[in-house]
Amino acid sequence: MEETVKYLTSSPEETERLGEGLSEKLRAGDCVALTGELGGGKTSFARGMARGLGSKGGVKSPSFTILNIYEGGRLPLYHMDLYRIMGQEEFLFAGLDEFIHGNGAAVIEWAERAPSLLRDCRITVSFRYVSDTEREIEVRIKDDAGKHEKPVL
Amino acid sequence: MIVLGIESSCDDTAASVLEDGRVVLSSIVSSQESIHAKYGGVVPELASRRHIEAIVPVIEEALSNAGKTLDDIDGIAVTQGPGLVGSLLIGLSFAKSLSLAKGLPLTGVNHIEAHAHAAFLAEKGERGGAPGFPFVALIASGGHTTLLHFEDATAYRVLGQTLDDSAGEAFDKVAKLLGLGYPGGAAIDRLAREGDKGAIDFPRPLASKGSLDFSFSGLKTSMLTYVKNLSGPPSEALLRDLSASFQEAVVDSLVTKALWALRATGAKDLVAAGGVASNSRFRARLSEMAEEEGLGLYIPHPRYCTDNAAMVASLGFHQLEKGRLAGLDMNAKPTWEGF
Repeated sequence: MEETVKYLTSSPEETERLGEGLSEKLRAGDCVALTGELGGGKTSFARGMARGLGSKGGVKSPSFTILNIYEGGRLPLYHMDLYRIMGQEEFLFAGLDEFIHGNGAAVIEWAERAPSLLRDCRITVSFRYVSDTEREIEVRIKDDAGKHEKPVL
Repeated sequence: MIVLGIESSCDDTAASVLEDGRVVLSSIVSSQESIHAKYGGVVPELASRRHIEAIVPVIEEALSNAGKTLDDIDGIAVTQGPGLVGSLLIGLSFAKSLSLAKGLPLTGVNHIEAHAHAAFLAEKGERGGAPGFPFVALIASGGHTTLLHFEDATAYRVLGQTLDDSAGEAFDKVAKLLGLGYPGGAAIDRLAREGDKGAIDFPRPLASKGSLDFSFSGLKTSMLTYVKNLSGPPSEALLRDLSASFQEAVVDSLVTKALWALRATGAKDLVAAGGVASNSRFRARLSEMAEEEGLGLYIPHPRYCTDNAAMVASLGFHQLEKGRLAGLDMNAKPTWEGF
C-alpha cells in the first residue's frame, strides 16, 4: 500500500516548512528519495528536514560534495546528492549505500539516478516547477507494517 | 624539508612532493592521462573505491617525477577533511601506514584551508610572489565558496561562506539549464565574452545586508524562470547575453564580498583560489579591484586552483614545523567545524 498527497508551495520558505513537517515522521533507518528537475526545491526541502530534526548547522547543496552530515538533532541526517553520480553502479562504488538504513535518516537528491533507491526508500518526494515561485510537491509514504500512514505534513 | 602531500577528499586522488613548503618538485592528480593508463585508462568515476586503485600509482609517479624516493621524505601531510568519508579514509590509511613503516612525522590538513596555500606554490627555479600576513582568501569551487582570514600560515578564521549553492555549482547548473554541456563554467566564460553583461538584471543576493556570506541558489532559480518563460530554445545571441549577465551577477557577489572582507579585517593581500578562479571575468574584475584599492592579488596557477596535493603539502609543511603532529589514531573529518 502506498499513500500519496500533493502540495503546492509558493516560496522556498514554504518548501522548507514542508520538509520540516516530514521530519516529524522520520525514524532511524528511514530513507527519503527526492526526485525532479533542477531548481525544484529539493535542497530547501532537505534544509527543512535538518531543521525539523533539530540540527543547528547550515544546510548547503551537496551537489559537488556528494554527502553532508548534520548531527546534533533527534537523528543524524545524511544529506546526499546524486547530481554528479551517473548511475546505480557509481552510487554503490562511491560507498553511499553505507549511509542508508543505518542509525540516522537519509535524504537523497536526484535519487532517480540510482533506481534501487526508489524501490528501497520508504518515502519519495517529487518536485515539479509550476511557475516562477510555485512548485508542486508530491509526497509518497510506503506502508511498511500493514499500517496506513497519510502523508499529511 | 621535503614533504609528501596526499589528497583524496572527493573525486581525485593526488600526491605531491614539495620542498621547503613552496617549491613543487612534482604534483600528480589521478585524472591526468599518464596515471589513467596505469589503472585502466577509463574516465574516473566518482568512487571512493577508485581511490584504492589510484593511490599507489599516483604516489609512485609523484616520487619518480620529483626524482626522490621514500628515503628522501621528511614528513607526510594528508587531507583529513572535509570531504567524502570513504574517499578521505583511503588517503588517511595510506598516509598512516607510510608514516608507521618509515617512521615519518604525519599531519592532517583541512582541504579548504589548504586551497589558500596554493598561493605560496612555485615551480623549481621560479621566484613567485606570495601574499603577506594577514591576508584574505576567497576559495570558490564546485564544493565550496568560503572567505577566510589568515593571521599566519596555520591560523585562520572563517569570515563567510555560501548558505546554499557554491559559485562553481551555480556555473555548472546554469550551463545545464542553458544546454551548454560540460564543463559548464568554461562554456559560460567563453560565451560571455561576446555577450552583454547588462542585458538581464539577475539578482545579487545578500548584497545590501553587509553580510560576508554568499547565496547563489536564487540566481539559479531566476535563470530557470527566464528559460521556462521563453517560447523556444534561446538563440545564440541570447545565450551570450544570458551567460554574460549571469556571470556578472556571480562575479559581482564574489568581488564585492572579498572587498568587504579586506576592508573589515584591514588585510592588504587577497588570495583567490578554487576552480572558479580560472574564470576570466572574475580574474579581470579582481585585478581592477586590486589596482583601484592598492591591494596585493594572488591567484595560483589553474593547476593549483583545482584539487591537488601540492597545496596540502604546503599547509602540512607549516603544521609539521609547528609540531602539529597526528598520531595513528587520526580519523577522517567529513564535516569540519566552522565550515
